[in-house]
Amino acid sequence: MKINKIILSFISALALLLSTSVTSFAKVVGDKIILGSAISLTGKYSSNGVHTQNGYNMAVDRINSMGGVKVGGKTYKFEIIYYDDESNPKRAAQLAERLISQDGVEFMLGPYSSGLTKAIAPVTEKYGVPMVEANGASRSLFTKGYKYLFAVLAPANLYLDVAIRTAVELNGGKGVRIAQAFEQDAFSQDVRLGILDAAKETGSEIIIDDKLPKELNDMAATLVKVKQMKPDVLVVSGHTKGALTAVRQIAEMKVDVPMLAMTHCDAAKLSKQHGKNSQYALCASQWHKTLTYKDDFFKDGMTYAADFTKEFGYDPPYQAAESSAALLVFKDAFERANSFDQKKVRDALAATNMQTFYGNIKFAPGGQNVDKPMVLFQVMCDGDGKCENKVVAPLKWASADLIHPIPKWSKR
Amino acid sequence: MDFMVFQYPMISVQACLDGVLLGILFALIAYGMALQWGVMNIINIAQGDLVILGGYIAYFMYLYGIHPAWGVIVAPIIMYFVGVGLYKLVINKVVDRDLFISILATFGISILFMQLMNFAFGADVVLANSGYGTTFLFESAVVLPNSKIFSAFISILFAICLVIYMKKSKLGRAIRATAQNARAAKILGVDTEKVYAATFGINAALCGVAGALISITFTIHPYMGLPYTIRSFMIVIVAGLGNLPGVALSGMGLGVFEEFADYILGTEFRIGAVFLLLVLILVYRRFKLSRKREYLK
Repeated sequence: MKINKIILSFISALALLLSTSVTSFAKVVGDKIILGSAISLTGKYSSNGVHTQNGYNMAVDRINSMGGVKVGGKTYKFEIIYYDDESNPKRAAQLAERLISQDGVEFMLGPYSSGLTKAIAPVTEKYGVPMVEANGASRSLFTKGYKYLFAVLAPANLYLDVAIRTAVELNGGKGVRIAQAFEQDAFSQDVRLGILDAAKETGSEIIIDDKLPKELNDMAATLVKVKQMKPDVLVVSGHTKGALTAVRQIAEMKVDVPMLAMTHCDAAKLSKQHGKNSQYALCASQWHKTLTYKDDFFKDGMTYAADFTKEFGYDPPYQAAESSAALLVFKDAFERANSFDQKKVRDALAATNMQTFYGNIKFAPGGQNVDKPMVLFQVMCDGDGKCENKVVAPLKWASADLIHPIPKWSKR
Repeated sequence: MDFMVFQYPMISVQACLDGVLLGILFALIAYGMALQWGVMNIINIAQGDLVILGGYIAYFMYLYGIHPAWGVIVAPIIMYFVGVGLYKLVINKVVDRDLFISILATFGISILFMQLMNFAFGADVVLANSGYGTTFLFESAVVLPNSKIFSAFISILFAICLVIYMKKSKLGRAIRATAQNARAAKILGVDTEKVYAATFGINAALCGVAGALISITFTIHPYMGLPYTIRSFMIVIVAGLGNLPGVALSGMGLGVFEEFADYILGTEFRIGAVFLLLVLILVYRRFKLSRKREYLK
């Protein structure tokens, strides 16, 4: 009996100790605002996961060194707890639980990819933890009625919408014939839905509608059909492997198509891996450094790109830029809420209306950013095979004229 | 369902040629698998990962300015030693055990390789550009990338060399003897340990060649190995062990089957169709075996 009592008291003491240590680790410690994020540092998303992390870290350093966050007359600094989610949705959801219930984090930053954001969102929603995410664009994230999810990026269905509209415009307002090939994942299928909408509105016709597998590395069959049917536009979305495979096989099979529009060219380092073969490809992008949006912290896109390159040794892909923007949004919301109350911060986030170097940010009730259009850039190469991405649409941001139609392979 | 492939005869020709060229490459990987399966009674789940590793060797040569086609010489040399090392570390401990243990062990190796490659080379999809052009046939109704023709040619070349080597060389004879009866070979003075190591090394080397060719024709990625394991497993099941013409034929058959499945069912069912075929073949073989057994009774 006595021993039992001792053990019991020991355990309760331990529990007490643990619970106090947990609370002491919560949201705001001293002058630090602690944010949590599950991020893919290993596994199949690890390269984009690292871009995301670099974007977050860059913004944290910048905001902290430029005065931090002012709440209630006191200055706070950002700090982020990261856990590696191994690119695995189940793991990501577990880590979100852990961040919130064990580490006491009260504000979250998003992971990389729509799939992982989808896994985490129900958890943050359950605990009422505001999450600003920068890398989950799937439309389904914004139709579930989540109240605590905010995305700084444009939703997936808008990715290639502008390409179809541009093609129709160049066709004198008449509908075009579209061939499309999409991977069967949440993101690419959302892009596809966007194309279906755009086609319907513009009276365009979809003549090839192929689906691509996860293990995609050969799309010769689709391209043979394209050769046969001669569509006006070819749209491909299958992450980096889709972009790389499409460009390789289009060049090898000499497929002539007036317009080629894709996603993930940036992440695929298309022009670097394929050189001149990637010329004239149109790529959907959330951001490009030549856009002229401005803010106080990073100034503008060009300055951001230069600073990022200096720190991390490579040109920032849009995944990094949008991740940095997420921190700017958080800072702005904390200061407007002037409180660390989760509900107040949530309402402040919902009322966000600001410009960052990455673009304008204003959230729809679903949480998606409705104030920032997608841009299209075109790969353009000079005589020596040096290639550059130039923004060509929408016209407001264009830094070069769109080359249309793509010259035939026999004339290149 | 899309029957365009039958409406335009040239598309069928294209599909057949694509399939045959692809199938020859598959057959090379399958031959390696058949060899070590026959000799060591091991089903190597890590086969596809060895292929991808070979691909990375060619890719890194390409990155450092060497033409990736040289990968078909360098990759097998490096991969041979990787294979021998793997044998010394893991495979020798499971070689005499039952099939289940070896499947588990190689499955573990497969996971380890995937993660290590991801760790070392990153999760990006990469490829090596050969700069080989394109061949047009039938007034350019059929297009064949020269890289595919090159892969098929190199695969055939390696297969022929290997057959000659197995027939003529001392080690080749020892390998064949061990495959027939390991105990008898041991009694007659064949160092079976050495034979096993060499066999696994040769298998890895063949994977290396195939990987280099895949980096030239398609794309590589740390997690893309499994479809190659499945394909070679299937080819070997259809062809049987120690039957090189059978492996080549069933490889080409699989290639053509895949291409047609791609056109008719859609690209999304391409690998699915391969899996389905595998199930059908296994069921059919079981059915045939059970009939034989009844007959014996």
